[in-house]
Amino acid sequence: MNAPSLSARLLAADDRRLWLGMAGCAIAFLVVVPMLNLAMPPDSALHMPNYMVTLLGKYLCYATLALAMDLVWGYCGVLSLGHGAFFALGGYAMGMFMMRSIGARGVYGNADLPDFMVFLNWKELPWYWMGFDHFWFAALMALAVPGALAFVFGWLAFRSRITGVYLSIITQAMTYALMLAFFRNEMGFGGNNGLTDFKDILGFPLAEPSTKLGLYMLSALVLGLAFLVARFVVTSKLGRIMMAVRDAESRVRFLGYSPTWVKLFGFTLSAMLAGLAGALYVPQVGIINPSEFSPANSIEIAIWVAVGGRGTLVGAVLGAFAVNGAKTWLTGAAPELWLFLLGALFIAVTLGLPKGLLGLWGQIRRKEKAHA
Amino acid sequence: MKAFRLLLVLLALLAWAPAHADEFSDAVRALNADNFADKIAAAEALSALGDGRAAVILEALADGRLHAAGDGTIVMEQGGAYRDAITQAAASSADASPITVNNRLRGVLRGAVGRLGLFSPDPELRKRAAESVIASPTPESAAMVRRALETETLPEVKRMLSLALANLDLADADPERRKAAIQALRDSSDPMVRGQLQHMLETESDPEVKAAADKAVGAINSRLVWVSVGANIFQGLSLGSVLLLAAIGLAVTFGVMGVINMAHGEMIMLGAYTAFVVQEVFRATLPPEYVGLYLPVAVPVAFVVTFVIGVGLERTVIRFLYGRPLETMLATWGISLMLQQLVRSIFGASNREVANPAWMTGGIDLIGGFTLTYNRVIIIGFCLAVLLALAALLRWSSFGLHMRAVTQNRPMAAAMGIPTGRIDAATFGLGSGIAGMAGVALSQIGNVSPNLGQGYIVDSFMVVVFGGVGSLWGTLLGALSLGLVNKVLEPYAGAMLGKILVLVVIILFIQKRPRGLFALKGRSVES
Repeated sequence: MNAPSLSARLLAADDRRLWLGMAGCAIAFLVVVPMLNLAMPPDSALHMPNYMVTLLGKYLCYATLALAMDLVWGYCGVLSLGHGAFFALGGYAMGMFMMRSIGARGVYGNADLPDFMVFLNWKELPWYWMGFDHFWFAALMALAVPGALAFVFGWLAFRSRITGVYLSIITQAMTYALMLAFFRNEMGFGGNNGLTDFKDILGFPLAEPSTKLGLYMLSALVLGLAFLVARFVVTSKLGRIMMAVRDAESRVRFLGYSPTWVKLFGFTLSAMLAGLAGALYVPQVGIINPSEFSPANSIEIAIWVAVGGRGTLVGAVLGAFAVNGAKTWLTGAAPELWLFLLGALFIAVTLGLPKGLLGLWGQIRRKEKAHA
Repeated sequence: MKAFRLLLVLLALLAWAPAHADEFSDAVRALNADNFADKIAAAEALSALGDGRAAVILEALADGRLHAAGDGTIVMEQGGAYRDAITQAAASSADASPITVNNRLRGVLRGAVGRLGLFSPDPELRKRAAESVIASPTPESAAMVRRALETETLPEVKRMLSLALANLDLADADPERRKAAIQALRDSSDPMVRGQLQHMLETESDPEVKAAADKAVGAINSRLVWVSVGANIFQGLSLGSVLLLAAIGLAVTFGVMGVINMAHGEMIMLGAYTAFVVQEVFRATLPPEYVGLYLPVAVPVAFVVTFVIGVGLERTVIRFLYGRPLETMLATWGISLMLQQLVRSIFGASNREVANPAWMTGGIDLIGGFTLTYNRVIIIGFCLAVLLALAALLRWSSFGLHMRAVTQNRPMAAAMGIPTGRIDAATFGLGSGIAGMAGVALSQIGNVSPNLGQGYIVDSFMVVVFGGVGSLWGTLLGALSLGLVNKVLEPYAGAMLGKILVLVVIILFIQKRPRGLFALKGRSVES
């Protein structure tokens, strides 16, 4: 079978619905939300408060992260329980840049060192902080560090054919080890407290509503782009091999493909997407600390994807919004119920909805068609 | 007036002379002096006698229970009854007035009572007195310790006393004595002694004494290194046994069903809370001397509770997910979240106190302040017992035979008529039950909180991955080596870095052996 050309693939007839959906989302996120935030008077019922914009921005970052997770779990069949680590690493890279931009405005007024280093009585900047004064370098690192880690880790793991639960467990151990490492003050990443007290990013003060709105819109754009990239990958020939590896790895190997490199590509790309999401997340929440590495966080990402429907991309985005929306609402309304609900969600989705919300929707539609 | 009193005392002395003209009674009577300076002198004189009886009298004086009767006898009040302080004969309280004390005198009395403990008939008290002399050495104690040494018979107290004496002699004016003291101290393994000698290195002026002190510090240091190695190995074994308890159940369920039970840590937590509940029930219903027995009862109760919960989970959730290991991980994670929240709702989020029973507290004191605590020793023993019992169960019982058959080849086992579903449920229950017993053990050495299980889950996964599934010996080896490596690295790398290093090593290790140290062999392994 010949792979269809790029333009044909992107504009295929059954994709028209997708493009319409994307356009709708773009209008909703990039036009309607800013208008509700800026143009509506604050006392109007339709006015979107600033905190809501930031909240939506956070969800968009989570959705990008879920997309990354779907790429590796839904398409390569690799359940990574350490994706929170890539997200956090991207966040730390951006946090380091914003830490450097504080300059002499910190509590200690030291232009050469971040506050926590002054506090620890350090005399000079560690070598790995070099270059983070420049935005381009930090942005590059937010992609390169998670990517490199995923590449090395994945190469070691996939090469020796570590699959299934073993892989999940060692990815969990990876993020756990990173968490312990980042908790140490000696690491030079702010220890327990992490990096916080950011003032501005590229000269835009972070406390300004306009900066928040800008970050939000950037997150929406990045999510859209990430979606297109992921979609491009999974609809390509490589994407087909990915799915083949997911379904029958040994058979793919016998057919002459190397599952190692296919999975490695998916894993690395996914890690870079996760890092990107983290880099956008940190300026919006204003803090990054080692608890982002905690294994529980990484498992939660998997449940976003599972709720939406894995192996669908759209489902991952949907799941991230649905679960996090429920979390925001319930942790406010009935905090003690949230963990019960999250736990029940894990069980219900795995038992009753193996294809997630999208699968449920498809089932309903098929039934309707059968009735009609 | 003073002269008259003195005369009276002299008269009294003369009158009592035949029976009581000893130093002891004189000193006791002198306590009833007119001014505090004399009283202090008398108290010091009395304590210097080193007579065991003096402690009681001085204590009574400090408490204001020592009275002087009109006839000059000193009487002691104890629980409303009066006795003659010297003869111990019953005395009347008529016209007796308490002997007044002030704060300075009280201070002297306290020190004197402490030192007099050296002469008490109770060996425990003597030991404690020797400790207090070591902790706060005063020049006047030296003579007392020397006298106490002459009469001491118990070797343990004798050793402590000579240590105390040497400690005191370190400050002696005579350099020969200081040197002798250093010689005596160089066989000690006490970090405190080392500290003292190090301090001496800085202040000592006599070069010869200084050289001796330097040598002694070196000798103690090298001994302490060995002690710390021993302590680390013990700590490592202890951690390893805890890991083993936590991981055995995990290995069993993973080995048989290929299921990673993320809620395994919560089974441990539930076991610990069962221990707490059993303890509370015992406290509420039984007299205090039997409360310590709650622990042997809690072990089987915890096993049963978690066994039942485990079987329940397997029947309601996990059996629908066979063949989908990744989904099982997520579902069991959900179970773990719910169990945690459930326990938090019932017992609260704060730590619960599970006390060590009296027979588990304390420990065997080894050299250098290193103690083999009974609770850890018992846990190591308990863990080995569980391991052996499990091995016996797997080896000799028909359930064990069935379980091994299902582990090796599920379809074939089913074809032979083994009820695989029931075996699965029982296996899951067994794994959970062992976790519950692990929880009882953990409640003895750590905090009992809803997050208890989370702390062990990554580590016990590592044990299973490292040791290889389906092999008890692999789990044993994995747990012990992980525990030992962790604890041995700790002093050099710090607790966290040690742990990180171990994780990195394991991640690298499973490159070489992706199925652990003791991998199952056979056709069915790669599914």
